[in-house]
Amino acid sequence: MSVAYEAVIGIECHVELKTQTKMFCGCANEFGGEPNTKICPVCLGMPGALPVPNAKAIEQIVTAGLAFGAEIPSFSKFDRKNYFYPDMPKDYQISQYDMPLSVGGMVTYWLEDGTVKHCRLTRIHLEEDTGKSTHAGSGDGRIAGSSYSLVDFNRAGVPLMECVSEPELRSAAEAVGYLESLRRTFLTLGVSDVKMEEGSLRCDANVSIRPAGSTELGTKTEIKNMNSFRSVERAIESEIARQREIVASGGRIVQETRGWDEVNGITHSMRSKEEAHDYRYFPDPDLVPLEMSRDDVARLRDALPALPWQRFERYTREYGIAPKQATQLVDNVALAEYFDRVVACCGNAHQSSNFVLGDLSRLANETGVAIAESKVLPEHLGELVGLVESKRINSKIAKELLGRMWAGAGSPRALVEQEGLAQTSDPATIERFVDDVIAAHAAVVAEYRAGKTNVLGFLVGQVMKTSRGKADPALVNELVRKKLC
Amino acid sequence: MASDSIDIRYVARLAQLALRDDEIEVFEQQLGDLLGHVKRLSELDTASVPATAQVVESRNVLRDDVRRPCLDRERVLSEAPQRQGAFFRVPRIIAE
Amino acid sequence: MSDSIARSAAEIAAIVQSRQMSAAEVVDATLSHVGAVDGSIGAYLAVTADLARAQAARVDDRLRNGERLPLAGVPIAVKDNMCLDGTVTSCGSKILKSWVAPYTATAVERMLQAGAVAIGKANCDEFAMGSSCENSALGVTRNPYDLTRVPGGSSGGSAAAVAAYEAAIGLGSDTGGSIREPGAFCNLVAFKPTYGRVSRYGLIAFASSLDQIGPLARTVEDAALAYDAMAGYDPMDATSIDRPVDATAGELRTDLRGLRVGIVREFDTKALGDGLDAVYQRAYRDLEALGAQLVEVALPTADYGVATYYLIAPAECSSNLARFDGVRYGLRVEGGDVRAMYDRTRAAGFGPEVKRRILIGTHALSSGYYDAYYVRAQKARTLIARDFERAFADCDLIACPAASCPAFVFGAKSDPYSMYLMDYYTIPMSLAGLPALSVPCGWITPQDGSVPMPIGLQLSAPLFGERLLLGAAHAYEGATRHAAVRRPALDGVHT
Repeated sequence: MSVAYEAVIGIECHVELKTQTKMFCGCANEFGGEPNTKICPVCLGMPGALPVPNAKAIEQIVTAGLAFGAEIPSFSKFDRKNYFYPDMPKDYQISQYDMPLSVGGMVTYWLEDGTVKHCRLTRIHLEEDTGKSTHAGSGDGRIAGSSYSLVDFNRAGVPLMECVSEPELRSAAEAVGYLESLRRTFLTLGVSDVKMEEGSLRCDANVSIRPAGSTELGTKTEIKNMNSFRSVERAIESEIARQREIVASGGRIVQETRGWDEVNGITHSMRSKEEAHDYRYFPDPDLVPLEMSRDDVARLRDALPALPWQRFERYTREYGIAPKQATQLVDNVALAEYFDRVVACCGNAHQSSNFVLGDLSRLANETGVAIAESKVLPEHLGELVGLVESKRINSKIAKELLGRMWAGAGSPRALVEQEGLAQTSDPATIERFVDDVIAAHAAVVAEYRAGKTNVLGFLVGQVMKTSRGKADPALVNELVRKKLC
Repeated sequence: MASDSIDIRYVARLAQLALRDDEIEVFEQQLGDLLGHVKRLSELDTASVPATAQVVESRNVLRDDVRRPCLDRERVLSEAPQRQGAFFRVPRIIAE
Repeated sequence: MSDSIARSAAEIAAIVQSRQMSAAEVVDATLSHVGAVDGSIGAYLAVTADLARAQAARVDDRLRNGERLPLAGVPIAVKDNMCLDGTVTSCGSKILKSWVAPYTATAVERMLQAGAVAIGKANCDEFAMGSSCENSALGVTRNPYDLTRVPGGSSGGSAAAVAAYEAAIGLGSDTGGSIREPGAFCNLVAFKPTYGRVSRYGLIAFASSLDQIGPLARTVEDAALAYDAMAGYDPMDATSIDRPVDATAGELRTDLRGLRVGIVREFDTKALGDGLDAVYQRAYRDLEALGAQLVEVALPTADYGVATYYLIAPAECSSNLARFDGVRYGLRVEGGDVRAMYDRTRAAGFGPEVKRRILIGTHALSSGYYDAYYVRAQKARTLIARDFERAFADCDLIACPAASCPAFVFGAKSDPYSMYLMDYYTIPMSLAGLPALSVPCGWITPQDGSVPMPIGLQLSAPLFGERLLLGAAHAYEGATRHAAVRRPALDGVHT
């Protein structure tokens, strides 16, 4: 008799903030560049250097917290986290221990099928990043077996947000959904590039299992070294399976840190010692406390843009757009804003999204020009939607017009009027076209009547041609059928 | 108040200080002595007293997100105890 | 010895500003004197002759261009825990004995901007930890008034340099008394400003919430000139105060009329022995004679100052000194792996006092002890600060000893705790962040010596009371002139 076990997952993310300069000094905060060129006495931990906090970084983390509905306490401070490591310039890290800038909050995310879920945040705090070490001599760049290490301090001092979630995620898919939502939100806010491949988003997962229905937490392991969302998914799934197996065979989960091995698809134990670090946190005497006035907080809250899940919910619930398409829009802020403007003009979200995600996206891909930067003004696309919706033009003409608008032709309404592109919906006119075609293609008509029904398409096409594409295709289809019977 | 003793070996490990046995003995005695004097602080009534975090009363001393010149790499690396090209070099890090 | 050598900084600045002498000439004379006497004094770990000459040349240029430089050509000693671009900045430690600073401390920069010229880097107790300069790992400094005695510490080198005319002003740093005590030992005016008044950027940190840079000089006016040049907000130091500096040099009073001077009930000078008691009692009467009203004030928690300080300062220093790990600069002793390298580097690079403080500081912050030690000490600190607040409701200044004895002979205080007690009178002001100074108030021949040694009177004021403090010291100095009674017996120097 086996007990059903559920997974309990919490995610800890480190997010590099997109400021011009580092957290405590004026060195450039940018990815890449020659090693050890973005350094100064402060971020190199030289004797006598002192930190001064970056106002922009504080603004960005508060904005991030507010986006998730977190509480921004009036009083906050920096603490020193003391430990020795070669990529730590001061052998302590300036971080926040018991009074972070953001407390609580909730991340709204959605799964592929569109189910909306929530995961609460414990806190978000501000700290400085370490330098980067590369390990030589082991053949695979790993620490184990290396004979020496090389350190680059360009990254040391870059401002980091550490976001800690409550252990409310229940599957690898939820974890990825959560991460996607974080990523989307930070991109929307413009506070980070959130690229795992560049290290501006790093995450660890805390994974445990427990009998389904239980409220106690099982022993957790910390999973590190996941380099992409896909890795995160695979690693968590692997770890859940590993833990289930151990428990099923009567074993005990050991609390430890485990590293994800991308190549072999397993986690392996990283720490043999279970001794916790004594970080000796104490308030950093080189820095003075932070006071966030309610006015400042209100100002930042008011300045929040439309957030990804707000968009997602509006698109799926109000506009009835499918989750996949809605996600596509949400993932491209410029595009979503463009889309919103189109909808504001014409009121038809469905048709708008069809154009935007269909023909326009195709044109964007082909020409390498982003839709929001193209010559198709949102107002004009709105016009086009209106023209189609009112059946003033048919879809074929619409597509043609779109192509011309992409090239800069401007207002479709104007073009339709100037060139008489309005759809012919007058049955009498169409009937005449149909008669003409039937008369001109007697052989084909005979084939149809003999049972080869697929030639209908050819005949409809011929009517469309005769009408110079302007006939209402549905009506043509109907009339041709009638006449052929 | 905590006892007068201090686990010198543990603390030295935290502080990354290699100490000889004779040093440990001497420090144990000297620092135990100091802790004995420090014990007096428990005589003070500090129950409702806030800890001084800072003498200055400033708040929100920040700087603008503006770039400042960096140090010349060559100058910095020339002071490095060991360098390899553009990097600082350290002996192997043993994974713990 | 050239005439200019024994002049005050104010006099030198006036002479050089008016072009009677060039900065270059002053520097040459100073360097020559340094060459003659520093062999026995040992004030400097490094004499920065080339740099000094280059600075002097620039000063002369600027004067030619019509600039007014308040410290024109004034030779200064810079304590070796302050960064000066291009100079070895060792903090008196083996771990930094070859480290060349790539930037200059703000306070030093401001002195140079005002026209001063750095003669050399002065010796100090290792990482500013000590009260005698005996903890320096790189050199011995002797008291110019008696070479068998210590100059005090930790700014012993700066004090000795100024006392021996090897500089007109010395820059020191004070955490628990490290400017005031050597000042008292060497017959100088030695001033620690309000915490946050002088930038700490470029001062190699010992205890961040206590460290302050300040001047040592032969006159109050000189100390005031130096303070005026270096004080003020620095955006590179988040703990520096953004508040206008009241200039002090032009505002030095000559009497104490209308002022109330607090005499601390708990600091009974009878406990210091007959000789010192007499000196201090006379000093207090002299304050009265200048028009001050003496008032008894109480600082009941001050007695806990040493215990409080020797938890807070080591805790902060244990963290501040972690960066000395052999990775990016300074000494490295190789090890098979990086942790062995850390262990060996720090074992070889730090002296015993530094190690003691790192150990006790780490202990005070460690899990299970943080509340009982560090937090409790910070609470005691609040009580001490409140004591002063209450006291200053009844007086404008507080007068007390700067030290419990005059300069002692080398090796006299080998027990660490006995050395810590040298800061007994100076620590409480440091903990409260108050401005305080030592001014010469007499002489006493120690029982174990035959040469009269100087004694220092400590004056302290409320926060930001620099102007009042320096003014009062100036009045006292003018009326009593204790410093002028004796000169150091330097070979070939006229006394």
